[in-house]
Amino acid sequence: MPPATPATSLLDTRLRVETPEGVDLLLSPASALTRARAFAVDLALRAALSLALLGVLGRLGELGIGLGLILLFLLNWWYMVLFEVLNQGRSPGKQLFGLRVVHEDGTPVGWGAALLRNLLRFVDMLPLGYCCGLLASLANPRFQRLGDLAAGTLVIHQPRAPAAVQLEPMTPLPAPFALSAAEQRAVLAYGERQRQLSPARREELAGLLAPLLGVTAEQAPLRLQQIAADLRGTP
Amino acid sequence: MKQAQFETRHQADWQALAGQLKLLEQGRPLGAQAGEFAAAYRRLCQQLALAQGRAYSTSLVERLQLLTLRAHQQLYRPRQNLGPRLLGFLIHGFPRQVRAARRSILLASLLFYGSLLGMGLLVYLFPDLIYSLLSPQQVARMELMYDPDASRLGHFSERGSSDDWLMFGFYIMNNIGIAFKTFASGLLLGLGSLFFLLFNGLNIGAVAGHLLRIGYDQTFLSFVVGHGAFELTAITFAGAAGLQLGGALLAPGPRSRRAALRETARGCVGLVCGVIGLLLVAAFIEAYWSSVTQFSATVKYLVGAMLWLLVGAYFLLGGRQRQAA
Repeated sequence: MPPATPATSLLDTRLRVETPEGVDLLLSPASALTRARAFAVDLALRAALSLALLGVLGRLGELGIGLGLILLFLLNWWYMVLFEVLNQGRSPGKQLFGLRVVHEDGTPVGWGAALLRNLLRFVDMLPLGYCCGLLASLANPRFQRLGDLAAGTLVIHQPRAPAAVQLEPMTPLPAPFALSAAEQRAVLAYGERQRQLSPARREELAGLLAPLLGVTAEQAPLRLQQIAADLRGTP
Repeated sequence: MKQAQFETRHQADWQALAGQLKLLEQGRPLGAQAGEFAAAYRRLCQQLALAQGRAYSTSLVERLQLLTLRAHQQLYRPRQNLGPRLLGFLIHGFPRQVRAARRSILLASLLFYGSLLGMGLLVYLFPDLIYSLLSPQQVARMELMYDPDASRLGHFSERGSSDDWLMFGFYIMNNIGIAFKTFASGLLLGLGSLFFLLFNGLNIGAVAGHLLRIGYDQTFLSFVVGHGAFELTAITFAGAAGLQLGGALLAPGPRSRRAALRETARGCVGLVCGVIGLLLVAAFIEAYWSSVTQFSATVKYLVGAMLWLLVGAYFLLGGRQRQAA
């Protein structure tokens, strides 16, 4: 499996990972701040659970305290592991903020990696307040803390579905010359973004192409939309 | 083919796959559709590649990329047949891993048992030395725990409790937590594991030396001999795994430190799982057998010796057959 590489050379934090099927997945690693928020939620949840456990089991005498100690141990060391493996890489806090844990090759995290990254959390928390983990993730383009580095895991943002595109009906008009792939994408994107752009901005963008299209700056937006409609085609 | 035609042609496929994904993401089985999922995913991959190659609009490509990512997450889920894998690990995997890690285990054992015996001998010869490690209150509590007149031994014995659950819970939380820390702190160039091995060795050695000197040898030794076979072994294994992590960072060999750390860490998972198992057994024995005083010391020594032999035989002989085949 080739290592994950940055998607572009620009300031883009997304990682490109090739799957065995020969397509590239784009993963967006989550920064320390988002992860800290998710961890805070998990911490609060665990604290509340621990208190509730102690309250209930403390009344059951020593059997209760013994059970309570075992459950506290589970909460302390296994809470993250169990949620990450059994709930598709998401502890409740991560789920709330749309994060999930995956292997570096984009596959969902398994038992071994989840156990490792959460045991090594102990070192990330040293000397206090996740100092080691914070330093490691700031020094790393994929924002991995030490446990992630050893286990080969990433915390990524769960991508959201893009908003549906609404197109205005338009008479298609072929482009006056052949377009390269990048140009075609740009024109199609212009056509799809009509509703998000102000008329002045539309004119400004399309006006750049007016001399090439052989029309005036005022006609350029409509012409560019017609070309986009032609590139898109009719169903 | 223009983009609009492409979308119309495959729209139904994408919607069907999205429906399946919704089920899978909620953890529900697909039932009869399960066989089609992988094929649908592969078709989607091809369609994504086509959409990118034909320079279709970014919004379409993004939509397909999202669908691919979601399907990829579901297709490559970790295997869930944990039971059989654990059983196989117990029968042959664990002893083999231990034998493969024998060098680091030897090192950890030397550190741990060396400090234990050395400190024990020193405290036996120079009694005041124990107060450099433990406070007088701690020493008094230790003495109370192993008082030959007590009806029960070990932690919480002063409560005179008949409830071993409390002890079981305490031992699990305390010991497995220590083992986890011993392993994890190996990431600090091995120094953390070194510290925990020596710290525990010195402490146990000091207590042992002190108790033997004041004549509590019978209660103390008959108490620790049983579960010690599992507990002490587990501590050295956890330390050995931690030392391996540190070793990977200090001497990565012909790999980058990062790659060395990842490979070593993956190899350590088995050892750590085994340590958890050993400590569970140890906690059980400690709570339900070691603390009981009905049996004579001879019986306890005999059982203890058998347990040590059992552990030794397991790691020396376990998992040999399938290796040969």
